[in-house]
Amino acid sequence: MQPIQLQWIDYTILIAYVAFVIGIGWALSRYMKTSADFLTSARSIPTWVTGLAFISANLGALELVGMAASGAKYGISTAHFYWLGAIPAMIFLAVFMMPFYYGSKARSVPEYLKMRFDERVRALNSVAFAVMTIFASGISMNALAKLLNQLLGWNYDLALWICSGVVLLYVLKGGLTSAIYTEVLQFFMIVLGFAPVVYLGLKDVGGWHAMTHSLQGVAVDTVAAKGAEYAANAWTSAWQPLLAGPSHNPMGVDLFAMVFGLGFVLSFGYWCTNFLVVQRAMAAKNMAAARNTPLVAAVPKMFFPFLVIVPGMIAVALTAMPSKDYRIPPPVISQENYTRAIEAVKAANPGDPGAAASAVEAALGEKVHAEKLTSLVADNAKSQLTDTQIKAGIYNSIAAYDYDGVILSLVKKYCPAGMLGLALTALLASFMSGMAGNVTAFNTVFTYDLYQAYFVKDRSDKHYFWAGKVVTVAGIVLSIAAAYFASMYNNAMDIIQLVFGFVNAPLFATFLLGMFWKRTTGTGAFLGLFFGIAGSALFHAVTIAAGNPPGVKGGYLAVLQTFPSEMAQNFWLASFAFSACFVLTVAISLATKSQKTDEDLKGLVYSLTPKIKPGDVPFYMQPGVVGIVLLVVCVIMNFIFW
Amino acid sequence: MGLDIRWPIGLMFTLIGALLTAFGALNAAGSQALGININLIWGIVLLVFGAAMLLGAIRGSKKPPTA
Repeated sequence: MQPIQLQWIDYTILIAYVAFVIGIGWALSRYMKTSADFLTSARSIPTWVTGLAFISANLGALELVGMAASGAKYGISTAHFYWLGAIPAMIFLAVFMMPFYYGSKARSVPEYLKMRFDERVRALNSVAFAVMTIFASGISMNALAKLLNQLLGWNYDLALWICSGVVLLYVLKGGLTSAIYTEVLQFFMIVLGFAPVVYLGLKDVGGWHAMTHSLQGVAVDTVAAKGAEYAANAWTSAWQPLLAGPSHNPMGVDLFAMVFGLGFVLSFGYWCTNFLVVQRAMAAKNMAAARNTPLVAAVPKMFFPFLVIVPGMIAVALTAMPSKDYRIPPPVISQENYTRAIEAVKAANPGDPGAAASAVEAALGEKVHAEKLTSLVADNAKSQLTDTQIKAGIYNSIAAYDYDGVILSLVKKYCPAGMLGLALTALLASFMSGMAGNVTAFNTVFTYDLYQAYFVKDRSDKHYFWAGKVVTVAGIVLSIAAAYFASMYNNAMDIIQLVFGFVNAPLFATFLLGMFWKRTTGTGAFLGLFFGIAGSALFHAVTIAAGNPPGVKGGYLAVLQTFPSEMAQNFWLASFAFSACFVLTVAISLATKSQKTDEDLKGLVYSLTPKIKPGDVPFYMQPGVVGIVLLVVCVIMNFIFW
Repeated sequence: MGLDIRWPIGLMFTLIGALLTAFGALNAAGSQALGININLIWGIVLLVFGAAMLLGAIRGSKKPPTA
């Protein structure tokens, strides 16, 4: 990635943003009087704010970068994460689960588990969650520091510590409310920062139809070049390639794995149980606001594919259009390798293109497009090209893609100074909010569910307020350590994401059974969850995706099953873990006695909780009705991109 | 909670919008993207958005605080 130069206006926008987020923290600090104010916002936030914070907490930069990358790799099918996964899960959370989270007056998701089951389940969930948030926060900051280093040439350590310092400043002062408010700010930054890029990209490619036409060409070319079995609509249709089978869609998944593994287990598992997002809904003013929060969030979420996924599709379409002078960036290659490749081009014999290509590939460590390299060698033979020109020619001929670089490459291509600062600040904002969101979720769970629950009980609220601040600082420091860990080990990110998957996949079964079946016992829940996680790890250890070597990708104990792709392996793992946890929890619950009476469980289980009266809310504003409307819109979106 | 979020959002986008508009107006050549003066146009959009937020905040502060 060639570094870019920022101008004074870009820096001004950046500094303005940083000043405002720190200012928000400062302005809020005088309202922080109790631990509840600091750690849970004491149920005081208006619905539109919690709603936007709800999706914003999830919309980290990794999501922005990753969705554009997936849009390039898989096309509109990536929207399944939104239209099949997230939206139905958010509606379910709003209509069916928020009454228990909010009505139980639990201060966190693990606390709900303690009220519903017992301390063992709470401990398992809170320890796993605490570890996960620290690593998620660290991954976010590592990615940010790396980006600033590669893009702007800033020193990695300096970037990491300064950005962490900024987050620490506003979270320490204003607690969860700071994080929520800055998440709303970040939401608008992202929408307003990236909408122009999408617009310009569509304009450049010639419009939506021109883009789909180009993508169809790409699908056809892939069939010709790699013998794939794609139809022309592999990138432009969300359902047909899926229905045709794993070998017919770029994701390599089958219908069951997509609908059950992603659409149900993984999506519901994340949106309905992850305290990072649920915490924002729990900060709402009252029950109605809490139930409306995910619904409010679902509206922009429904249209986000056009903001985050379409750029990836535009990038692929542009790369296939030779007149557009754009290509999806290649992987980062060191200057020494480029120098060696330049020498290889200069020394190449135009009459022997094969040798030239091999020499350049050996120098770079990446494959090249033979025809492009041949024409480069020929051009150089005709008229001595400068080193810069040769390097550009080599750059354009590399046949490997760094999909994570797509969104930035589009920003670089279209944004002049000014807009560039806006888009980069939006990206920076979402990275920092990734750390802030995770740290505020961490400090609530650590202070209430670990520190207060097990270590230091029955002290004054002032003590826990102070503890919350200490834990915030500790959380930031641990996140920085996690960032260094992720930066040192290439596989660290893969391993961490893997472990997240192991823990998340069975979790929804526990909540589903806990909230809707009063017979679920603490022992059943604990053992079901524990063995669900263990089962995930085992499933991973004995399966592999085609083309991957056994190791961190799986199959290191034995290879009992090979999947067409990593996504397929992930979705099947989730399906398996959910089912195992579900079955075990049911079986063990039936075999054990519940420690709780019906009276204990009132307000925590569906059958023992009085139905919420709609009150004076008009019919069309009741959560159930709004949920149905949103589902219908979601179905329509699926239909349009069928 | 005490601080109406619309104030900082409104202020920030008004400020950035004004900056971009001024930059786009004064440096039209350096603000081009596909033939559009994107800084000027989008700067105005941000100004409008920021102003709308501030309007909301001002009206919100006129209402008596709800119980």
